[in-house]
Amino acid sequence: MEALVQAALNHDRRALARLLTVVENRREGVDTALAALFPHTGRAWIIGVTGAPGTGKSSLVNALAKTFRAAGRTVGIVAVDPTSPFSGGAIMGDRIRMRDLAGDRGVFIRSMATRGSLGGLSRATRDVIRVLDAAGFEIIFVETVGAGQSEVDIARAAQTTIVVEAPGLGDDVQAIKAGILEIADVLVVNKADRPGADNTARALKAMLEMGHPATRTDLISHHGRLMPAESAPGSSAASIWIPPVVSTVAPENTGIGDLVAALEAHHKYLIETQALDGLERQHIEIELYDRLQAALMARLLKGVPGEVFADVIHRIQTRELDPQSAVDAILSLPDQSC
Amino acid sequence: MSINQTIRVLIAKPGLDGHDRGAKVIARALRDAGMEVIYTGLRQTPEMVAEAALQEDVDVVGLSILSGAHMALVPRVRQLMDENGLQDVALLVGGIIPEEDVSALKAMGISGVFGPGTSTEDIIRHIRQLAARGGNPG
Ligand SMILES: Nc1nc2c(ncn2[C@@H]2O[C@H](COP(=O)(O)OP(=O)(O)O)[C@@H](O)[C@H]2O)c(=O)[nH]1
Ligand SMILES: [Mg+2]
Repeated sequence: MEALVQAALNHDRRALARLLTVVENRREGVDTALAALFPHTGRAWIIGVTGAPGTGKSSLVNALAKTFRAAGRTVGIVAVDPTSPFSGGAIMGDRIRMRDLAGDRGVFIRSMATRGSLGGLSRATRDVIRVLDAAGFEIIFVETVGAGQSEVDIARAAQTTIVVEAPGLGDDVQAIKAGILEIADVLVVNKADRPGADNTARALKAMLEMGHPATRTDLISHHGRLMPAESAPGSSAASIWIPPVVSTVAPENTGIGDLVAALEAHHKYLIETQALDGLERQHIEIELYDRLQAALMARLLKGVPGEVFADVIHRIQTRELDPQSAVDAILSLPDQSC
Repeated sequence: MSINQTIRVLIAKPGLDGHDRGAKVIARALRDAGMEVIYTGLRQTPEMVAEAALQEDVDVVGLSILSGAHMALVPRVRQLMDENGLQDVALLVGGIIPEEDVSALKAMGISGVFGPGTSTEDIIRHIRQLAARGGNPG
């Protein structure tokens, strides 16, 4: 495992790919590997891309990556697709739209399925991002499943979040989902070649102007397990960033220059206002709580026999026990903290 | 050793023939069998296929070729995969392939050749076997 980590750090692409599998499958040695990689992380600019299926996220990532590559910056891409709840399998077709990036050793694309993460940002996704970061990719795009919790969750791992809309998906204000404007650092109206694109862009701008969008800081802490009493340094300035709305036609590269400029402006803003540090601190905090929660749960489940759970569930169903008393009872079992 | 045994398969359509209905049917069948399928779309060059197989760390690569160009494309993909260090990744071919070519391909280390009549169950079974004995220990 140590050799694999070293090889991945030394830009061995086969080793990197295998390490990503180790991380995704949580194979033996995964935690040691991640610990060894961790000091090499924290350098990448992580850009989340979210939006409904078919809005053009993969096409945009393709166009953006090409532009950043032309400027000499290396690009890692994580494309997340939904796991079928029926079979546990998945079809991941994001590479279809990313064929322009083939043959470029400065790009590494990895498709991953949500597996058991119920649409949220899984631990595996975070770890995969981290491996690419350690491997030295300067910019990492994370294309998420444009549905459910992952849409909002991506803002907990990305420094810059792009929300993609397209006309024709019920092109007015109602179609724009709650919470989406709050996580967007940059809004894109893709498929600007289609009728209704101007209306979509206008509706988005109007919503941004009239609303009092919660700051990113507030939103993240709402969704987190944790409600920090005082804001992180720089976060008051963070509320000043007003997400620009950029129109694009991804397959034709139209508007991509403007989009890159908007992304760069956001990144520069994060750095200059020191919001980047505050953001990272929050991400760490949320991740720590997520991991603690998972670890405590695993420990608890190990310490409490399955029959006990079955019995407790039965007693709740027969109204002998209420759910909260059941929790208290399980937590007070003698062997649960071993 | 690993708990998670999810099989990852790359389905690619190299060459110039322009429809991928068959490839999509296979992709769906594999998904429904619990596999993770990376589908790359039409007109892939052998280089693109080998590169995607490397980045995605798949257990098996399946090529769908209807153009008749299999004797040019398949050995080239195998060679590029080997050069990328993917000797332990199995390569399968589906399409209309004459009998004499089938044995030639198998002699080149192609792990399976499936004609139009093959049932998806056979393909799934074959892939499971390959993945079970395949390298990819990670
Ligand atoms: N007309 C038009 N079609 C687009 C545009 N961007 C993407 N598409 C097409 O929309 C479909 C979905 O694109 P894709 O990038 O896969 O969307 P994703 O599901 O959000 O990743 C594909 O057929 C693309 O070719 C655009 O700007 N204009
Ligand atoms: Mg996509």
